[in-house]
Amino acid sequence: MTATHTSRPIIEIDSVSKRYRVGTLGPSSLKEAFRGMFPAGRKPAATQDFGARNGDLPGTFWSLRDVNLTVQRGEVVGLIGKNGAGKSTLLKLISRITEPTKGRITLRGRIASLLEVGTGFHPELTGRENIFLNGAILGMKRWEIQAKFDEIVEFSEVGNFLDTPVKRYSSGMFVRLAFAVAAHLEPEILLIDEVLAVGDAGFQQKCLGKVSEISERDGRTVFFVSHNLAAIRSLCTRAVLFEDGTVKVSGAPEDVISQYLASSLHSHDGVPGYLHWGGGDDAPGMEDLRLHSLTLKNAEGEISGIFDADAPIQIELRYRVVNPLRGARMLFSVFTAEGDLAMVLTDHELQKPILVPGNYCTRIKIPGGVLNRRAYSIAPSADAPGHRHLMLIGPHLPFTVAGPANHLSQFPERWPGIISPKVECTVETPEAKP
Amino acid sequence: MSEALKQPETTGNYEIIIAPSKGWLRINWREMWEYRDLLAILVRRDFLAKYKQTVLGPIWFVLQPLLTAVVMSIAFHKIGGMETGGLPSLLFNLCALLPWSYFSQNITTGAATFTANSHLFGKVYFPRLVVPAAAAISNLFALGLQLIVFLAFYAAYALHGSPIHMGFSSLLVIPLFIITGIFSLGVSLLIAASTAKYRDLAHLTPVLLQLWMFASPVFYPMKKITDHPTFTWLAWANPMAPIVEATRDLLLIGGKVSPEMPAMLGVSALASILALILGVVAFNRAERTVVDSV
Repeated sequence: MTATHTSRPIIEIDSVSKRYRVGTLGPSSLKEAFRGMFPAGRKPAATQDFGARNGDLPGTFWSLRDVNLTVQRGEVVGLIGKNGAGKSTLLKLISRITEPTKGRITLRGRIASLLEVGTGFHPELTGRENIFLNGAILGMKRWEIQAKFDEIVEFSEVGNFLDTPVKRYSSGMFVRLAFAVAAHLEPEILLIDEVLAVGDAGFQQKCLGKVSEISERDGRTVFFVSHNLAAIRSLCTRAVLFEDGTVKVSGAPEDVISQYLASSLHSHDGVPGYLHWGGGDDAPGMEDLRLHSLTLKNAEGEISGIFDADAPIQIELRYRVVNPLRGARMLFSVFTAEGDLAMVLTDHELQKPILVPGNYCTRIKIPGGVLNRRAYSIAPSADAPGHRHLMLIGPHLPFTVAGPANHLSQFPERWPGIISPKVECTVETPEAKP
Repeated sequence: MSEALKQPETTGNYEIIIAPSKGWLRINWREMWEYRDLLAILVRRDFLAKYKQTVLGPIWFVLQPLLTAVVMSIAFHKIGGMETGGLPSLLFNLCALLPWSYFSQNITTGAATFTANSHLFGKVYFPRLVVPAAAAISNLFALGLQLIVFLAFYAAYALHGSPIHMGFSSLLVIPLFIITGIFSLGVSLLIAASTAKYRDLAHLTPVLLQLWMFASPVFYPMKKITDHPTFTWLAWANPMAPIVEATRDLLLIGGKVSPEMPAMLGVSALASILALILGVVAFNRAERTVVDSV
């Protein structure tokens, strides 16, 4: 390896844009296609500029607009942003699943993408056969798979079922085997899209460990899309915030995360302290569970986004169980505006062993005198502990704690710390001489 | 972990450029070679997965053409009275079905490449051409099994004194099967490329295949076309026609072919190479953004 080579960035993204068609293809789109084939029939102004978010051609929109980004060897880059901001589209372009409409991407290294675990697994084939199939689809050579076969099996913990068709596997076993294959890829660039958020907590920890091993020990470049801000913070050397298909900020993870949470606080449309999704099939969640709404209420029972430090905060999450769930619980992660995890709350003790389909509501009260006066956000998720994830950490609802805090200082300074619980305090003073 | 693994040999001059493609001919052959292991594994998967959870297993690969041959020899020859030049009608059909079922299998699986693999293609990149190529190779195994069954029937008929014989020239069916593979891969790639965006042709494919089968001398001798006052051109226009007829000539009557047969087969070979080139180009053009529309 020469010095000139190592100094060149491993990924160069140069004014990349991607246009998608919305809606279905039908006779009218055929007409469009024919018109598009003959330049004379096309309006010249149409393709010159992007114009608004709604694409220049009818029925299209720009998922990415003029994105520029360079990544150096060994960087671990986390992409954050709301759903539809273009993060996943960028990963699709880098992983060569589809082509950009404009611009170019230069990759200087072998690439492997993990946009979903278990891609290409064939249900009828055995675990052993699928390790080879999946490995080859992900770009491994046969000898590479053979060399790592034992390691993969050990990592996956499915050794006894190697010769069983994977359709007989539990979802946990399936995911473990799939991730084990992917984790043993040895590309120079690894793309990961939310896949870490699978399996139970123990396995997740193992996955996160594997990713940091890949990046730290082997010095590989990792591109990582996640809503899990804590993971971004701990794993990434750089974070990039996407908004409306463009790069908003790129920099140190702490700074970018706080900007993301701040911008979601300001651009948060509608009522502060309230998020509504309706519990439909496109609401946050997975096929078994959909969120309806998340509400924050103050001591008076009013919906609010700002709370007194001494007063309680009532969290109310409404959700719809679509298919019967066993051993499910809701989780609420409270983050600081900088992306530090302040605490996780759960209704585990109160949930029934089996949740039948229907509408549910979980209420949790954070008592007054716990949180510091600063900006926070709360993000719901759900899992069946020891088994699987039901809903990943997704939307964040920002809120602010203000007022005279309980750290016994009336001075209007910014008080450091994630929490500021109510404490008992006495001060002994020397007795005044009479 | 070895040093070789940590520093893949590709480090250095490896560069991939992803940009909107303009040209028609941008096929990365080196990359296809890189993925040869995937090709081998997909061939295995296609073959294994097809008969898992069936009682008869791989027998299904031969049962289908065998039943077709039986049904057609009843319909065409016993009832319809179609002449076979003195050959047993079952053998006559079974022999012609060797190249024909390979051809139609390749078309059916290849044409559905994008629609059947849309989930896979949307998640991971590899040269898409590997999938239909693997299907064409794994269908070759089915052809092999079918050939064994044919030979068993051949032996049985020969022992009963049927006027059939093979010679060294019978080995020439191998290049015929290769031409069939190339031609069907080319045609299926063209169909796959054209169904990437609009599915209409996908509905037409089975009908088209059936029509094509009856336009080829599978259940009747080639003479029926060449002697026909208006359909003589069909023998020249349909690359499968001489292949089917020649297979029968080589395997049943010891390679006695008609005088214009070599020329016809030459046309078939040229047509198959042309179809493959067109198919690969169209397929490559379609594959780059196919996930946006399937």
